Amino acid sequence: MSILIDENTTFIVQGITGREAVNLTKECLDYGSKIVGGVTPGRKGREVHGVPVFDTVKQVIEHNGGQVPDGSVVTVPPAFAKDAVMEALENGIKLIVVVTERIPRRDVAQFVERANELGARIIGPNCLGLIVPGKAKMGGIGGPAKDAEKAYQPGIVGVMSRSGGMTTEISSTLTAAGLGVSTAISIGGDAIIGSTYAELMPLFEADEQTQAIVIYTEPGGRMEAQLAEWVKENDSRLPIVAFMAGRFMDDEEMKGMSFGHAGTIVEGKEDTAAEKIARLEAAGIQVVERIDEIPDAVKEKIGKVAA
Amino acid sequence: MKFFEYEARRIVELAGIPVTKYGFAKTAEEAKRIAADIGGEVVIKSQVLTGGRMKAGGVKFASTPEEAEQHARDILQLEIKGHKPRGVLVDPKAKVKQEYYAGIVWDGTRKQPMMLFSDMGGIDIEEVAEQHPEHVGRGHFSNLRPFSDFQAKEVIASVGITGSRLNRLTPILAKLARLFQQYDMRLAEINPLAELEDGTFVALDAHMEMEDEAVFRQKALLKELGVPEGDKRESYEPSEFERNVAAIDAADHRGVIQGKDHGFHGNLGLVIGAGGGSLTLTDAVRSVGGKPANYSEIGGNPSVKKACGLAKEVLKKEGVDKIAVMMSIVSNTRVDIVARGVIKACIELGKDPAETIAIFRIPGAWEEEGYKILEKYGVEYCDRSVSMHEAARRAVEKVQGAAA
Repeated sequence: MSILIDENTTFIVQGITGREAVNLTKECLDYGSKIVGGVTPGRKGREVHGVPVFDTVKQVIEHNGGQVPDGSVVTVPPAFAKDAVMEALENGIKLIVVVTERIPRRDVAQFVERANELGARIIGPNCLGLIVPGKAKMGGIGGPAKDAEKAYQPGIVGVMSRSGGMTTEISSTLTAAGLGVSTAISIGGDAIIGSTYAELMPLFEADEQTQAIVIYTEPGGRMEAQLAEWVKENDSRLPIVAFMAGRFMDDEEMKGMSFGHAGTIVEGKEDTAAEKIARLEAAGIQVVERIDEIPDAVKEKIGKVAA
Repeated sequence: MKFFEYEARRIVELAGIPVTKYGFAKTAEEAKRIAADIGGEVVIKSQVLTGGRMKAGGVKFASTPEEAEQHARDILQLEIKGHKPRGVLVDPKAKVKQEYYAGIVWDGTRKQPMMLFSDMGGIDIEEVAEQHPEHVGRGHFSNLRPFSDFQAKEVIASVGITGSRLNRLTPILAKLARLFQQYDMRLAEINPLAELEDGTFVALDAHMEMEDEAVFRQKALLKELGVPEGDKRESYEPSEFERNVAAIDAADHRGVIQGKDHGFHGNLGLVIGAGGGSLTLTDAVRSVGGKPANYSEIGGNPSVKKACGLAKEVLKKEGVDKIAVMMSIVSNTRVDIVARGVIKACIELGKDPAETIAIFRIPGAWEEEGYKILEKYGVEYCDRSVSMHEAARRAVEKVQGAAA
């Protein structure tokens, strides 16, 4: 099993004719994902790696005999992203991966609120999507199929990361250690994202394949505090191992500076790495100092003898 | 984008919130004229994008226009935490009965804007929230549905305010909430919001920050405020290194490079990426006693020229004679292109790549091609089997070995 997607998941790509979207489409198709259409206004009638392009989401649905696709990957410029997500939502799509960076926060908050009203889920923005090793990937995560295969092998660890690149680095480490990955999600680097760690936990909790969780975290925001609260309130069966990057940002000279991602900035006391580590640890989440310590920490937690 | 106080006051004023008869002056003479215009006692406030003005001597009171001129002259010379003032704000000294706080912030957990209101204004709201939580009212509002005044009223009433005060404060907080949405603010604060002796309310100080990502669609407001296009308003003055890297990045649309050296004083140059990878690697270098000379980010598959440009700028920094070229596993950026870029940088600066590049650890797309090039030049490299932390340790060891 997996969470959110599997080998049968159908999705579309909005903004499919853009340079990055063309690559992403090829990568996903090569990996075995089912892309049932693409949308770029004004480009109806074209094809991208065999995927038919339409002007509207509605046309894609009509083309597929009224079948609403399970998901959409949105990769359109920031000024048009909100409209694209709204179009997907209003057409009944329930899982939307927003790749676009630098979308104004108000727009993000608007489409996330609308998604909540409609019972849909947003992953991102500013993310690389998600992958279920050996089955499907939705987004640029892991890169070309052969590279994704190298870093992601099926296994027992659920991965959630605020950094797209670090999702792959961590998963590769888990794969090399023989633990493998159940589902890996690049959740996005913005201050407001559609799905936080705590919001995804119940899905992993319900997934039998997943036996442990690894998260990659950064300074800025309250997402880690929210996870710590969730862990305290829910008697989760899943042990969590966390890696915190950006500890150097706690230095006085770095206050108010943003590094890495838009949401990675120390503004208040609760935003610091030190404060987050303390909160996570207080909730029983182990915070490791190095990426290469992750596999052993996971093995210890799930009661396997470290190799 | 942060706004100066004089701009923030104008934003508040445009939203229909009452302000004092303030003026903005760039010279002491102008300040004198404004003070004479106002008549009576005035306050002269330094216009800098940093806090702690009062402590630093950036806020002074004057009873005559001449005194105002003198204070303005002093304040205009006064640097506060490395910031030169943009000018001074001349404000009539208000007869304040009580100070309040009104603010709108984003709540990332609820994913909605949140109103904050307190009858204990004039001090830091975080401090009030900690010590007197019963004096802070809070209320979220929808991103989709129109804001209704009762939502502001509920927040104000929740701290025990009633009577004509409640009725006068409600539209102020409501207007603040609306301007927060209308102008894409990430923070909109009036502190203090003052109740004067005659029972009226004015915004005595305001703090506004706009989402950087929304600047493109707020041109009308920026024009109204006289903010020139491209006015970046960094929280500090960018260094030569930072300016040069930004110029190299802007000159070529392929890929992204970023460089920062504010707060970095070490001797190991970092040519690293991507977002999360750079954060991880900077920590990794420091955790084994290394001293980074800078922070950087490579992403989105930059050209050879761009990678070369970044490496050169890092190598030109004083005290840097070795660089560590490291990234988390790449799937978009090409290993061979970065390898070519950093080797080219060494050669163009007359340095031996094998000596200069302490370690090259970028696994992923086009790695075989990249490693071949590195081998040719005798540069130590490693693939994904060597962790980011181990690579950082090897780089630091080389720098320290060279120094010893």
